[in-house]
Amino acid sequence: MTTGRLPVRARAAVAATRAVNALSRRLGAGSGSVAGGHVGLALDPRLLERLAAGRRVALVSGTNGKTTTTRLLAVAVGGALGRAATNATGSNMPAGHVTALAGAPPGAPAVLEVDEGYLPHLVASLAPETVVLLNLSRDQLDRTNEVRMVAGKWRAALSEAQAPSTTVVANADDPIVAWAAQRAAHPVWVGAGLPWRQDAVGCPACEGRIAFAAGATGEEGGWRCTCGFARPRLDVRLDGDCVVTADGRRLDLALALPGRFNRANAVMATAAAVTAGVDWDDALRRIADVDEVAGRFAVVEVAGCAARVMLAKNPAGWGELLDLVCPGDRAVVVGINARLADGRDPSWLWDVPFERLRGRTVVATGERCRDLSVRLRYAEVPHRTVRDQVAAVRAAWMAARGPVDFVGNYTAFTDLLARTTRTGA
Amino acid sequence: MSALTVVVVHPDLLGTYGDGGNGVVLAQRARWRGIETELVDATSDLPLPTGDLYCLGGGEDAAQTASAERLREEGTLERAVGQGAVLLAVCAGYQIVGRSFPAADGRPLSGLGLLDVTTTKGRGRRAVGEILAEPLDEGLPVLTGFENHGGLTTRGPTTAPLARVTAGVGNGDGTEGARSGRVVGTYLHGPVLARNPGFADLLISWATGRVLHALDDAEEAALRKERIAAVRAGRAGGTVRYAPGPS
Ligand SMILES: [Zn+2]
Repeated sequence: MTTGRLPVRARAAVAATRAVNALSRRLGAGSGSVAGGHVGLALDPRLLERLAAGRRVALVSGTNGKTTTTRLLAVAVGGALGRAATNATGSNMPAGHVTALAGAPPGAPAVLEVDEGYLPHLVASLAPETVVLLNLSRDQLDRTNEVRMVAGKWRAALSEAQAPSTTVVANADDPIVAWAAQRAAHPVWVGAGLPWRQDAVGCPACEGRIAFAAGATGEEGGWRCTCGFARPRLDVRLDGDCVVTADGRRLDLALALPGRFNRANAVMATAAAVTAGVDWDDALRRIADVDEVAGRFAVVEVAGCAARVMLAKNPAGWGELLDLVCPGDRAVVVGINARLADGRDPSWLWDVPFERLRGRTVVATGERCRDLSVRLRYAEVPHRTVRDQVAAVRAAWMAARGPVDFVGNYTAFTDLLARTTRTGA
Repeated sequence: MSALTVVVVHPDLLGTYGDGGNGVVLAQRARWRGIETELVDATSDLPLPTGDLYCLGGGEDAAQTASAERLREEGTLERAVGQGAVLLAVCAGYQIVGRSFPAADGRPLSGLGLLDVTTTKGRGRRAVGEILAEPLDEGLPVLTGFENHGGLTTRGPTTAPLARVTAGVGNGDGTEGARSGRVVGTYLHGPVLARNPGFADLLISWATGRVLHALDDAEEAALRKERIAAVRAGRAGGTVRYAPGPS
């Protein structure tokens, strides 16, 4: 029994959370990660605070990399602090958090991915020991979550007055994140890089213009505004395949996960683990073997064809994934939907440098394959358009006679994953 | 010197909705006709270069204000338009080229006055969703696009709207956009020219004085057919209408 210390009402709410989630899993109605949480919160609106009480809590937020960083942080602290309670499937709003904690043993640390809009609320109600801030850029703009508005709310919630005991591990290479964390009582500044700067040139402090030095990550780079707002002095930084620690040690990042962005996620996660008392070497050793996160980067079988499946939700994420995909020679399948979870407006396709796919075998797919097809026409990328995603993977596989890379936005990715037949190595 | 110079104005400030795509569409459609074309991304830290065809896009409130101030101080855009340059202004850009537009707190700020339109904050929710509008002249087919704005825009007595709204919000009074000479403003962002290649060709023909031969626009035709059908069937989703004010 793990709920003995909770009030009767909360105990009933926890039981209901678990029962509904189990039922939902059995009926195949969902992954059993939010339905129960909603029921639990309806029975006890303070259920999340009660379940978090007495735990060490770390929250992870940002536009890109939340799910991966949360997973890496949970794995990194798992040895020293014990198995962490975490919302591994990316259900990053309170119902998902309740579900994660309702199933966890008392005292287990909590590592929670948090939607950017919910972060201030959770910081206020859970008083987390650690908050990890990755980056902020344009995403699902028809929800009118303007980047600076979100950053302003973060800044207020994370100020020394509001969160005196919270350590904020912040990506100092993102000026918007640095501004959000500037007033924190205990900031840890990480140079994790920021290739997408289009949402960061306007200074959040004075509305002037941020100038980025070449490279702009690690010691040689940085950014500065004429008003004096500048990149804070780094405590930890990513340098190629290494992490450089505060005491000047260079440690190898030997990751099974591919790509620069995953090295950035890993540096943020390990820096957070270290502030929570985990040893650097221990943290890095533990995260090295993680090779897929909620299906991302896994090689799966789609109608008999092998495909590496990847998720990119916005221009910053697409830029990083094209860096990963473009050096190869595989056929590339790009899946685009525009449902509510993706944002209804696929205008952002014009912010993605699809020109880089020239010379590759490319198939456009998904519910908004027509929008993508027009984008590819103007990028002068010859392609086929196949609306059904499984048929598209098959068409690419037949054309290239080998494994394909599939990159989809949110619901395109989850739809394809739901239709895979087998997960391979 | 190129036959056509397309300038995307302040993409660092006004590029929120993939608006840079309008410049790409214009440049490519001109090049595919053998017109030597230069595409310039004119960021706000450098003086605005001279060009034949300027594009302004959408942006957040602070960026919109910064861009408007910079353009007003410089005066280059007004001079270029006075000398016959073509201007496509979208969303926040449309508001900037009018007489005045609202700051984040609703206070009116001066625009460039290139179109006799005035924008105020709409009451209620933003207009977000697919929009269809029938153009009023030039023989263009129906305009299809996506809008996302909180402004209500009214025209002066001598300024014609670009189109009549058949689905969505537009200016807020049943009309969409505005046109005066070679300056066109519209709330269709996204980028509007990718979905409306005929509109792109109209701007290129104004800027170059050439009669353009047709291109094979099969991809655009398929996209237009799909979006227009989705809006007419009410399947596009996401359309939010605010109550239009008296106009
Ligand atoms: Zn500044």
